[in-house]
Order: sequence, then C-alpha cells, then structure tokens
Amino acid sequence: MCGTAGSVPFLLREDPGRGRTMNYDVIIIGAGMSGLAAGIRLAHFGKRVCIFERHYAYGGLNSYYRLGGREFDVGLHALTNFVPPGRRGAPLNKLLRQLRIEREEFDLREQLGSEIRFPSRGLRFSNDVELLISEVQREFPDQGDRFLRLIETVKAHDDATLAPTPVSGRRVLAEHLSDPVLIDMLLCPLMFYGCPDEDDIDFTHLVTLFKSLYLEGFARPREGVRRIIKTLVRRYRGAGGELRMRCGVRRLHVSGGGVQGVELDCGEVVRAPLVFSCAGYPETMRMCRTASGGGGEPLPYGRGSDGRGPEGGGDASERFLTDADRLAGRLSFIESICVLDRKPADLGYDRTITFFSTIDRFEYRVPEGLIDPRSGVICCPNNYADHEHLPEGVLRFTSLANYDCWKALRPGEPEGDAPPAYAAAKSAAHAEAVGYALRYLPDFRPHVVFTDTFTPLTIARFTGHARGAVYGSPHKCRDGRTPVENLFIIGTDQGYLGIIGALLSGITMANLHGLGENNRKA
Amino acid sequence: MTKDEVRQIVLNIIGVVAPDEDLSDLKGDVRLRDQLEMDSMDFLDIVMELRKRHKIEVPKEDYPNLATLDGCVEYLLPRFRESKVAV
Ligand SMILES: Cc1cc2nc3c(=O)[nH]c(=O)nc-3n(C[C@H](O)[C@H](O)[C@H](O)COP(=O)(O)OP(=O)(O)OC[C@H]3O[C@@H](n4cnc5c(N)ncnc54)[C@H](O)[C@@H]3O)c2cc1C
Repeated sequence: MCGTAGSVPFLLREDPGRGRTMNYDVIIIGAGMSGLAAGIRLAHFGKRVCIFERHYAYGGLNSYYRLGGREFDVGLHALTNFVPPGRRGAPLNKLLRQLRIEREEFDLREQLGSEIRFPSRGLRFSNDVELLISEVQREFPDQGDRFLRLIETVKAHDDATLAPTPVSGRRVLAEHLSDPVLIDMLLCPLMFYGCPDEDDIDFTHLVTLFKSLYLEGFARPREGVRRIIKTLVRRYRGAGGELRMRCGVRRLHVSGGGVQGVELDCGEVVRAPLVFSCAGYPETMRMCRTASGGGGEPLPYGRGSDGRGPEGGGDASERFLTDADRLAGRLSFIESICVLDRKPADLGYDRTITFFSTIDRFEYRVPEGLIDPRSGVICCPNNYADHEHLPEGVLRFTSLANYDCWKALRPGEPEGDAPPAYAAAKSAAHAEAVGYALRYLPDFRPHVVFTDTFTPLTIARFTGHARGAVYGSPHKCRDGRTPVENLFIIGTDQGYLGIIGALLSGITMANLHGLGENNRKA
Repeated sequence: MTKDEVRQIVLNIIGVVAPDEDLSDLKGDVRLRDQLEMDSMDFLDIVMELRKRHKIEVPKEDYPNLATLDGCVEYLLPRFRESKVAV
C-alpha cells in the first residue's frame, strides 16, 4: 500500500469476490486547489472522502518547496479576484463562505500597482479599476468611451454559466475598441494568466479573467501560497477528510459506463460510487481502462458534455485515447525566480507585476524555439502592501516556452541529474528572458544571489499535466461531466482557472455532482 | 421546542453560512435575500446545514417556505417537534 494508509481506519481490502464494497463515498484524484476545495465541501457535509495525491506536496500547480535553505512558491504571482469584504457575488467572498474559512485566515495583502508595457505605450492598473480607466483615456484618448462600454459588456456577461456559447474574445473586443494596440495590451495579462488557446480567447473565459484582473485585483498572502494550502488542508482534515500523499491513481477501472474502482500506483484497488479528478481531462481519460486488461466492456465515448466524440473506426478505447490526446493543451511556460541581496524597491522598481510585449502585435502562441522572450511577465512579491517581512528581494520572470523543444534536450524519464545540454539551455533561456525584461526594470543582475528556473518539463513532471500545459486543454468540460457517468472533472479542465478559479471549480462541482439532489440520499 | 428556539437555530445557521453578515436587526417578515447578501449557493447551504446538524430534510419544492425568517420558523417548528433527534 502506498501513502499513509496506516492512519486510514476503515480502508477495506480489495476482495474480488465481493467487489461491491465501497471504501469511500467519494474519491478525489489530486490535491490541487480544486481537489482540496471539493474535498472540504463533501467532507463538511458528512461524505466519507479520500484525496489521493501522487506527489509528496499538496497544491499541484500552485504548491511550494524548499531549495538551498529558502522557501519558494511554485507558481504564485498574485491571488487574482481580490475584493474587499462584502462585495456582492464576488468569487473570493463566495468561496470563503462556502469553505467556512475566515478571510483573515488567508492573510491577504493588496498589490502596490501593476502595469502593461508595449513599445512606447504603458497602462498602469491597480485594485481600483478607475486607475485603468484613466490610463486608457490618457494613452488612447479616442478609446475612452469605448473602453467604458466594454466594461459594461463584461459586467453584464454571465461567465459562471455551465453552458457557455463559444464566441471569439478578439471579435468582441474589436466590436468595442478600434485600436488594435489597446486590444493587444488588454489581452496580454489576460492571456498570460489563463488562456489555454493560442492567439484568441473564448469570450466567456475572457470575461472571467477581465473581472478577476481588472475589475477585482491582486493580493498575496503574507506567507505566500503555503498559507492558503495549509488553511485548506487543515479545514479538510478537520471536516473528517482523508488525504493520502505519494499515492497516485494509475488506472480507473471502467465498466458498465461507470468507474468501478480506482487502482493506485501500488496496485491496490479502492472503490467509491463517485470520482472527481483534478488531473486534467485528457490525463484523466487516459487513466480509464476497461475492467480487465484488453477484455471487458469498451470504454464509452462520444457522450461528453457537448456531445463531442472521436471519429474513425477501431477499438473504442483506443479511439477515445486518441481523442484525449488531441484535446491536450499545448501552452506552457518557463519561469525563473531570482533572489536578490536587496529589495527591488531599493533599486527603483516598485511595480507588483509588469506584463510586457516588446512588439506591437502581441503574440501568444507556442514559440518555434525553446522560448519566446519577446513578451513576458515580471513579478515582484516584495511589492505588495505590508511585505517588509520578506527577508530578501525576489523577482520572477515568465515567458512562453515550447514543451517539445525542451523534451528533445531531455528525452526519457526525467530522473537524476539533467543532461548538460538541458542545464545549459535553461540558463541561456533565463538570460535571454531577463535580457528583454531589463527594458522595464533596473539592472538587478549584480545583486542576484540565487536563481531557480523551471521549464515545461518540470511542470509536467510535478503536476502530471501533459506537455506542461499550465492552463490545460482548450476544451473545457464546464459541467464537469465526462463520458463515464460517475467521473467528473474539476479544476483547470472544468474551466475555472487560477487559484480562486480552481477553488470555485471544486466547490461548484462538489455541490452539483456530490451534494446535489441526486446524491442527497446517499 | 419553541418558536424562539427554532428562530435561534436558524439564525445560528445563517451565522455559519454567512459569517460576514450583521444579523442583529433582521426583520422576520422581509425576504432574507433582500436584507442579506445571500445567493442561491448560500440558501442551499442553509438547507444542508439543517440536515447535517438537525437531520431535517427540506425537499426542493419546499424551499420557498424558507424565504423569510418567520417563514423558516413556521415551516420548521412542526418538523423539529416531529423529529425525535435532540437539537
Ligand atoms: C508557474 C505558474 C504560475 C501560476 N501563477 C498563478 C498565479 O499567480 N495566480 C493564480 O491564481 N494562479 C496561478 N497559476 C495557476 C494555478 O496554479 C492553477 O490554475 C491552479 O492551481 C490549478 O489547480 P487545479 O485544482 O486545477 O489542479 P492542479 O494544480 O493541476 O493539481 C492537480 C493535482 O493532481 C495531482 N495528480 C495528477 N495526476 C494524478 C494521479 N494520477 N494520481 C494522483 N494525483 C494526481 C497532481 O500531482 C496535482 O497535485 C500558476 C500556475 C503556474 C504553473
């Protein structure tokens, strides 16, 4: 058995003869933000829940780690969606209520101010949308009224719907704004912070991001993301939920249209009538196998939430797997964290986040080479209110990266030391990204005391997301349904992104499929 | 079980579901939704907390009875009296 099974009191042994025994009411694959949130809801309302996490750390794409005696966040730039207490219907306030977590427990502090920089243009923004409005009026005088109308359209659009109609976000922007540079400037942060597609973004998704970045805002827990994760884990355990770490799910036994059992990496089989997964849609479907090796019933397919289904002949499960691969996301990033011997503010950099493009027409697509340094994100965790306690200066740099190019430098399983060519490419890519970013901040390089860089391969390895696709598959299952009737997708591939999005996703899907009318009597 | 006790139970639950709300002068005959920042997610939580804490099931068609505080008391009082479970 893997994980902390010793502490699991009622875990029953697999008994093929009486295979109907249920070990849990609900199994959750992955202790990402969405898995933890779903777990809290379900455990709070009396379900016997177990989360299985392959990694030794919780938090998935937004976890934390120690390296060289320092503590780092894997992903945290900003907690988006920050609003003050009491703002009606705001996602942050909603989820705090739903998880029975007091706002103080996250210990959030607001950003000092961010900016979007393009050649010869700049727009500052903060947690007060009035700043962005006045900046647009200043930089694009003929676009001011149009921008106000865009804000009204965004506010009026229901982005929480589970059945959105796909519409091109660029098209809607072009219907409101006539300056292509302004359109690209507004898109740049939105895409970097949550777009799974190249070049364009679905309008409903754009609205979610627009609200979370521009109409709401950025904050950071003073201790970083660990504060959020520890609060969630404490809350989950307190509600009676179980968490088994280093205990991956390698296979879902599917027959009769439903998951019959979940097979762990160690071979143990655990049963529950309901399974949620935050491992990603293609990744989860790839785990589905017919009950016994090649035999058993074929995997049902073509019954997805939108009726999509794979085409062509051959074995059904094979076809389904090909379909899953086709749906895998492709956009990934390289990110470097630089620790400095002084605070960036002491060098004259006081922005919280800078989103930049060094070319007028912002390109958001998989680069041809290892990275595309021409655009990117610079984040300074020191530049949040009340963050003087951080012992050192920190700068983070993000650029678009190409998974295949990185993979070619490190084929096979990424065990042991990296090949020299891969390590060299990493430092070259970091230097290149910094080279472009230096147009927007003072030369901090003499003050760097430590650097850690991760690539799309690192992301794939530690989170299980195929190709290091941070924002998952461009195909989202908004209602969480899969072709397998008791298997539901939460998190990234359900369609709510980022930390707050993933938390809301777990909550919404748990309410709908785990606590809804159909399950009330369970 | 008295009306006041049921009222207090409901107020306690609202306090858990919406801890950031001021419940001190909540009017009994005005819709909760009009006095508090509560959405359908929060209302569902009231129903679920009733079940969790007091083993009282409210079927979906009865939800409208819970629109006001007075409505809650009137609807829930007989159910609390019927239920053998201590509160
Ligand atoms: C570099 C970077 C920076 C980011 N910055 C921000 C930011 O500043 N602000 C923000 O809001 N968001 C940010 N994000 C995005 C945010 O982290 C994600 O949207 C969010 O964490 C996704 O959560 P999730 O629940 O969907 O699942 P994930 O975090 O993807 O978690 C999935 C979990 O499932 C586990 N798992 C996978 N397969 C299996 C299996 N077979 N068995 C058991 N366990 C399995 C994985 O180990 C993982 O723990 C960033 C992401 C990255 C990578």
